[in-house]
Amino acid sequence: MSSHVVLLPERTPRSAFGKLLQDEGRYAWRVPVGLMLGVAIPVLVLVILGLVPGANRPSKSLGGLTLFTVYVPVLIVFALAALALLSLPTHLASYREQGILRRLSTTPVPRAWMLAAQVIINLALAVVALAILVVAGMAAFGLSAPRQPGGFTLALVLTVAALFAIGLWIAAIARTQNTAAAVGQLLFLPLLFFSGFYWPRASMPPVLRNIGDWTPSGAAVHALQDAMLGSFPSAKSLLVLAAWAVIFGILAVRFFRWE
Amino acid sequence: MKLSSLHGVPVTTADQAARPRAGRGAEAAIEVSHLRKTYGPVVAVDDVSFSVAEGEIFGILGPNGAGKTTTVECVIGLRTPDAGLIRVMGLDPHRDREELHTIVGAQLQASALPAKLRVGEILDLFHSFYQHPADLAEIRDSMGLTEKKNDYYRSLSGGLKQRVSVALALIGNPRVAVLDEMTTGLDPQARRDTWQLIEHVRDRGVTIILVTHYMDEAERLCDQVAMVDHGRIVAIDTPEGLAHRAGVAKRVRFAPSAPFDDRLLTGLPGVRSVEYVGEHVVVTGSGDVANEVILTLAAAGVTAADLHLDSANLEDAFVQMTGRHIHEDQIGRVHR
Repeated sequence: MSSHVVLLPERTPRSAFGKLLQDEGRYAWRVPVGLMLGVAIPVLVLVILGLVPGANRPSKSLGGLTLFTVYVPVLIVFALAALALLSLPTHLASYREQGILRRLSTTPVPRAWMLAAQVIINLALAVVALAILVVAGMAAFGLSAPRQPGGFTLALVLTVAALFAIGLWIAAIARTQNTAAAVGQLLFLPLLFFSGFYWPRASMPPVLRNIGDWTPSGAAVHALQDAMLGSFPSAKSLLVLAAWAVIFGILAVRFFRWE
Repeated sequence: MKLSSLHGVPVTTADQAARPRAGRGAEAAIEVSHLRKTYGPVVAVDDVSFSVAEGEIFGILGPNGAGKTTTVECVIGLRTPDAGLIRVMGLDPHRDREELHTIVGAQLQASALPAKLRVGEILDLFHSFYQHPADLAEIRDSMGLTEKKNDYYRSLSGGLKQRVSVALALIGNPRVAVLDEMTTGLDPQARRDTWQLIEHVRDRGVTIILVTHYMDEAERLCDQVAMVDHGRIVAIDTPEGLAHRAGVAKRVRFAPSAPFDDRLLTGLPGVRSVEYVGEHVVVTGSGDVANEVILTLAAAGVTAADLHLDSANLEDAFVQMTGRHIHEDQIGRVHR
């Protein structure tokens, strides 16, 4: 196929991108994979945690932190990973599998616009999930605002970059929706483990926690937690996130196929 | 164009295909010469040349795997040919891909649309892709999709999905439309409706390439037909011309009112053979054989009841030129 992608062709009305975005938004509502896994489930888990007595009192088994301080970063990573690894690649792979991308390539619209629209919709869902988790955590459950907002934001941006790069790589290599879903799950579950979703990082054996620090989810939770508690995220966790973003970003671009 | 050779031999030379046809008065809208495309060791399209005049419906007819789809995919810039030259309205489909897609509408085989979008939303979306699109309501009405505009694509019948697909091929107000197996999977009524629609589109001056393996479709719609087999063009002509060139005899079949002497008929100039099939007599021949037979019998006091006349059609022509039926998998090999 042609090697260069014309991102802003002269002959395509700009309004076409708005329409693509609108229809992808409708799709996200009508086939709510991202809405369920990326927004509803993490928020539901937050609410359940809120029902645990003493959830906002420091706990010894959590390294002297409250349940919320520990779990809000974990749930943020859950939401981002679900959107990046499960929602985005399966949808894009289904469009490829059904020949929708191919059909699109007979029109003046660059196929990259469809990809961009899908990434933007999933990022929008991520923003919704994040807003609910942080605002609800603060309003209803007494979570304190991140003490290092700059560090928190930087950690968030790098987490999004790392996880979406991996998601795009899955979308690049998976020919069918089923393959994309399988690869996504295969990565999602271990990442969830290292984020401390099942077993809080504070009480993990050091060897597991150290391995986790090299994964995007472990590094993300580490960095987000640091920023919430007031210290700037460690260079190591930020670099680990950046490295995942760059490596998988390159792999995604290298292996991407429209058909 | 005069076609000079007989059965089984490609009759269009590259020279003939590469320039606009004399006598048809129109500039060629589409020129394909010496097109070749391979997938690994498989040669999908081999030395294919043809030219389509503006406003013409050009059929590409052949069995599955003959290279029809690959050919049109090269024409619309979805595939890059290994060799050969293609011009569509003067554009190179590979080099001028972006511009090409503003003037060419395509209906692809096996290409679905988002299941959970409504028909109206899909039409609106594709309508927004073009700077000078067709009138949205007009396309929707003429395709009979207005009532269906709130239905999800997923819920449509095969026929309606095809109609949406054809509508999208036309929504950009294209000068060239490429329709790949547009009536496959449709019921007979839906097929006839689609044919009528295609004729309307042609009447608007759109040049159409029609890929099909239906003989009746090609006979009904096409001004010119290219018969392809094993990646090569076997013949190009009008549907009537192809049938005629196949040299297949006409068959007259009837039940005589009284016995008669065979020699009455075998002596006629156009008659090749006379056979008895049960109560019926089958006469094969050429030219005005039917008339001659009836008149001769009438002169001898015999009437021909239950009269059938089969003339050669594209199916006969295809068998004649390739030695097999176009739907070989269903019918089996022809013994010659």
